[in-house]
Amino acid sequence: MSVLLDVKNLTTQFNTEAGIVKAVNDVSFQLNEQEIIGLVGESGCGKSVSQLSVMQLISAPGKITNGEVNFEGRNLLDYESNSDEMRAIRGGKIAMIFQEPMTSLNPTLTIGRQLTEMLELHLNMTKEAARERAVELLKQVGISGAESRLDDYPHNFSGGMRQRVMIAIGLSCNPRILIADEPTTALDVTTQAQLLELMKDMVSKYNASLVIVTHNLGVVARYAHRIYIMYAGNIVESGTTEEIFANPQHPYTKGLLKCIPRLDEEKGRKLVPIEGLPPNLINMKSSCAFAPRCSERLERCLTEAAPPLRDIGNGHYVGCFEK
Amino acid sequence: MNNLSENILSVENLKMYFPVTRGLLRKKVADVKAVDDVSFHIQRDETLGLVGESGCGKTTVGRCIMRLYEPNEGKVIFEGDDILTYSPAQVRGARSQIAMIFQDPYSSLDPRQNAGNIVGEPLKIHRMVKTPAEYKDRLEELFAIVGLDPGMKNRFPHEFSGGQRQRIGIARALACEPSLIICDEPISALDVSIQAQIINLLQELQDRLKGLSYLFIAHDLSVVRHISDRVAVMYLGRIMEITDSQTLYKNPLHPYTKALLSAVPIADPAVEKNREHIILQGEVPSPMNPPEGCAFHPRCPMAAPECKKITPELRSIDNKHEVACLRV
Repeated sequence: MSVLLDVKNLTTQFNTEAGIVKAVNDVSFQLNEQEIIGLVGESGCGKSVSQLSVMQLISAPGKITNGEVNFEGRNLLDYESNSDEMRAIRGGKIAMIFQEPMTSLNPTLTIGRQLTEMLELHLNMTKEAARERAVELLKQVGISGAESRLDDYPHNFSGGMRQRVMIAIGLSCNPRILIADEPTTALDVTTQAQLLELMKDMVSKYNASLVIVTHNLGVVARYAHRIYIMYAGNIVESGTTEEIFANPQHPYTKGLLKCIPRLDEEKGRKLVPIEGLPPNLINMKSSCAFAPRCSERLERCLTEAAPPLRDIGNGHYVGCFEK
Repeated sequence: MNNLSENILSVENLKMYFPVTRGLLRKKVADVKAVDDVSFHIQRDETLGLVGESGCGKTTVGRCIMRLYEPNEGKVIFEGDDILTYSPAQVRGARSQIAMIFQDPYSSLDPRQNAGNIVGEPLKIHRMVKTPAEYKDRLEELFAIVGLDPGMKNRFPHEFSGGQRQRIGIARALACEPSLIICDEPISALDVSIQAQIINLLQELQDRLKGLSYLFIAHDLSVVRHISDRVAVMYLGRIMEITDSQTLYKNPLHPYTKALLSAVPIADPAVEKNREHIILQGEVPSPMNPPEGCAFHPRCPMAAPECKKITPELRSIDNKHEVACLRV
């Protein structure tokens, strides 16, 4: 498998009145061709901002201050956010699906218009051809009566259906990468299962790669090939899905697995919560961000700079001192 | 049925229809059958989980028990008395015995009251304390029970994190020493690492304070199974299956329960690989216009012609397992 997207040392910070927030701090990750990766973390850990940075959708006071986003032989950060090159990539080569299907579609435009806009813009299709393709796309994502539904507005669709429309829009220009940012969090479980299954089938049909950004460890266990665990702006552990779940190494990953109820657990299992709260990201120290909550903390964790990710074999990396 | 005297709450044939009105004269054109003929019971010290997707009526059930809604039909028998026949004054009295914890700790606490007032208000309303000194002691005790520093009582809700706010909500619910707490999605607004803290707190409280029962309403089946002794599964205003939480996972009978279980991913790729994934077709129909017969039949993989005509009643399979399905 060859590398499709190679993100190196990405740093995105927000300059607020209270101080500098490093929402994404020196983050590197890779996405291979036809791969599904999961980016897992709690709210505020920088998982969404890291993906928005790839798309250069960061607005002031946010700023990408360092790093490379290598895609198809180019570093995307060499281009201005509003340059023609980035516009061609956004939606054309790399598409994104957002959490709230209620707010990410334009309520004043028919969904047909929102679908064909992409096709006319990126693929220079004529109006007629675009409409034909839009019908085909809606059929593929399982919307019945596609022909007539093109002229409906987003409010005519349920949440699950809107997210299907988002998937159709995302895939309309045959992108190489689809980034799904908490795509099913606002939806019911049976709808969530339908949509994740659909997304998996669609990316394999289009030979695209998928990034699933989520806080749900179950979702990545079911769908992802590889996983990155994020905490307070850093990737703390990465590896194949099997490795991460069978052999978690970072205390945060272990803590997460111990604190979630499992559907198949035996009666009487006790949850072990992670003590304390996620840190405030303003003016963070350079030592390990998880150390104050860590159950395996050493003296040096509080004094020395946070350890970089180290290779422990089998494609498994962990950002924690060797014990 | 179990021994009645052991039941702290029993809900019988509860129906809550919300009228849909149209036009200038607000003529009634239809009903939203939010809760349609629901019966269950909760024993002392027991946790009953109520699980279902959004719009299935699980929150409405909780609100009917509190008499925040006036149900159309049915009985809510709490400690031997039917709450639905109570006068407003009696209802206020009952609310010292039944407390509620809400989903969103950001909007369920009054932003202009400090934490001490929020927790202490029920003590005053229900005259649980006689003297200011007693009030202060009880307040500090309540803060300590839920793991908050009593020194924080002068702070306002916005100064607390989400998990701490939910602790304030729990302390307030505990103020009058209720025997039943209705927990309506108490952890779904919290981050995963904080959810476990609140789940453990609720379980510890039940161990420590004798005679405390929970009705735990949530959409997350893994959480509901973890905390509940028994679980009721709702779909479109009706209970589809009730059984103890072990049986629910190991031997689900209703096709909806099976689909719901299979839709919840388990955080273990080895287990996931060998699981059957039932993907339901379609979406939950509108409760304004529910399907004839069994409400689940249009999406049911086991549906037979009779399912379109007959609405199945909840019936016992054995003494701990009830299911509403013609095909089981």
